[in-house]
Amino acid sequence: MSGPKTDFLSKLGSRLVIGLPMFWLLLFFLVPFLVVLQVSLADLRLAQPPFTPIFEWLDGIPSYVGDLENYEFLFSDDLYIRSYLNSVKIAFISSLACLIVGYPIAYVIARADDALRNTLLLLVILPFWTSSLLRIYALIGMYSPTGFINSWLISFGLISEPIQLMQTDFAVYSGIVITYLPLMVLPLYAALQKLDEDLLEASADLGAGPLKTFWQVTLPLSLPGILAGCLLVFIPAVGEYIIPALLGGSGQLMIGKTLWTEFFNNRDWPLASAVAMVMLAVLVIPMMLLRNAQSQEGRS
Amino acid sequence: MKFRTVLMASAASMLVAPAFAEEEKVLNIYNWSDYIAEDTIEKFEEETGIKVTYDVFDSNEVLEAKLLAGSSGYDIVVPSASFMARQIQAGVFQKLDKSKLPNLENMDGQIMQNVGEYDPGNEHAVVYMWGTTGIGYNVEKVKERLGEDAPTDSLALIFDPANAEKLADCGISLLDAPTEIIPAAMNYLGLDPRSTDPEDFKKGAEAIAAIKPHVRYFHSSQYINDLANGDTCVAMGWSGDVFQARDRADEADNGVSISYTIPKEGALQWFDMLAIPADAKHPENAHKFINFVMDAQITADITNYVWYASANEKAIDLIDGEILEDPGIFPADEVKEKLWVSPVYDAKQDRVLNREWTKAKTGQ
Repeated sequence: MSGPKTDFLSKLGSRLVIGLPMFWLLLFFLVPFLVVLQVSLADLRLAQPPFTPIFEWLDGIPSYVGDLENYEFLFSDDLYIRSYLNSVKIAFISSLACLIVGYPIAYVIARADDALRNTLLLLVILPFWTSSLLRIYALIGMYSPTGFINSWLISFGLISEPIQLMQTDFAVYSGIVITYLPLMVLPLYAALQKLDEDLLEASADLGAGPLKTFWQVTLPLSLPGILAGCLLVFIPAVGEYIIPALLGGSGQLMIGKTLWTEFFNNRDWPLASAVAMVMLAVLVIPMMLLRNAQSQEGRS
Repeated sequence: MKFRTVLMASAASMLVAPAFAEEEKVLNIYNWSDYIAEDTIEKFEEETGIKVTYDVFDSNEVLEAKLLAGSSGYDIVVPSASFMARQIQAGVFQKLDKSKLPNLENMDGQIMQNVGEYDPGNEHAVVYMWGTTGIGYNVEKVKERLGEDAPTDSLALIFDPANAEKLADCGISLLDAPTEIIPAAMNYLGLDPRSTDPEDFKKGAEAIAAIKPHVRYFHSSQYINDLANGDTCVAMGWSGDVFQARDRADEADNGVSISYTIPKEGALQWFDMLAIPADAKHPENAHKFINFVMDAQITADITNYVWYASANEKAIDLIDGEILEDPGIFPADEVKEKLWVSPVYDAKQDRVLNREWTKAKTGQ
């Protein structure tokens, strides 16, 4: 008698479990996405809100009056292409730097004994408990000409004049690396921790040195962690606005700043939305290609 | 039938209710950073029992985006007049109920008439403070690099590449405000700073590009601290902000002395306006606040703290002599003649101006 009832309940339960996240995504991803898409097809006007509707009543019929003008405009000025490319370049270098710094950290944590491991993990996560903005301001305190690093170097007599750290590419890259490092370390740690130590022993027994074992066993097995970590750093770094705005000079063309100019200085929300849509495409398409490649690899 | 009556009645009461109901004792203010006396809000809360939430911004553009989006949640905002003119056209602000603003009579009639160019009849806003966009500099460091006769009274201090190069190592900063800096560069070149000709924008931007390698950054609030700390030594900035930097340096007693000049070529004179968004939830309280700020003593307190000139005639006697006599704050008549006010740019002009600005800053 109780069979169908529990069946029903468990079905309801599983539906809830799947449905809630779906609802969440729908509400906070799909709806904003559609709003931005709609604005990107509209025209600029001086009103509140500052864009035209894309559906209008023409002769009593709701008709679509949007157009692709904003997208066409993106190709009329190489500012946008350059901004995209430069942002991708900065994000790529930052991901690489995060990987180089993060890999040894993740490796040490994965190999540490249990008690130490938790402490180390906590140390990696701890900075996330403060606002990233505060951490950037802390960096300003360190890098500025009268800041911590310069006054320290001067007091030890290593330099006589402060060196320019703020408003440099170095400041931007180090800011991004410091901010995003946990996003790289955690997936790497997860991948490395799963690694079976017997494999390393087997490799050593078969005569491979530590370096060869690393290249041929550890590295390939941690590849999913590397990919996940790189994507987690790369994606937010492409659209990064705050770090270059606070730490960087003005010479770098970045898509985040270009978007800001469109939205705030030109008040051109439709064009800003088009920039955002293209940015999404720039990010999503390589990710889908990567996923396809991975799943095909898995099948073969 | 009965249902319908109830419905009508409740609809009617909904329409009428706000007029009778006492507004909740809340006021949300959105003002520029570092732009009010320390005790202004406290005094207002004490006098009226209204609880104030006070947020700050550092660019007209950010404020404008919030206003155009609608439902900003703010009851008082402080746009510069040239931006406000456009926002009024977009229907962002409500008209002031002047019967609730008895202190209007304290205001300087001439200045209110001048801002009438942006807000005909002063229907939507009253002047909060006004100031100029000029040059703040570190007296010793500039002298060290350019000698005794450094052109500190001229735009050439920044826009002449030879000077900029010598000042680069101690740091030049410019406001990240294209509608103020490009016209200033045009003015340096001898062009009309109020011109909206794309060719003039371009020439102004090229003058900025020429000194760009020597400019440390473009930012609209960071320079207050940096000037005060000695991290930078020349800033194209807003008058009162530079004076605040000078004050902070004096307080820190760090040997940095800062000075402000209105360049002899002239400078942008701007007005920041107190206005009430059309969709403000507490317009009654907002009127009370505007009237409160127009009180002679309250305005004088603000001016004495932020070093920006008020447009309040009655407040003049209550302003510290040091501020009143400072030609950078209350300029002499012959300097006043050289001041110019910003035109209202339309969308196309803004696009050209900002594109030239990006080009000047990034070379692309």
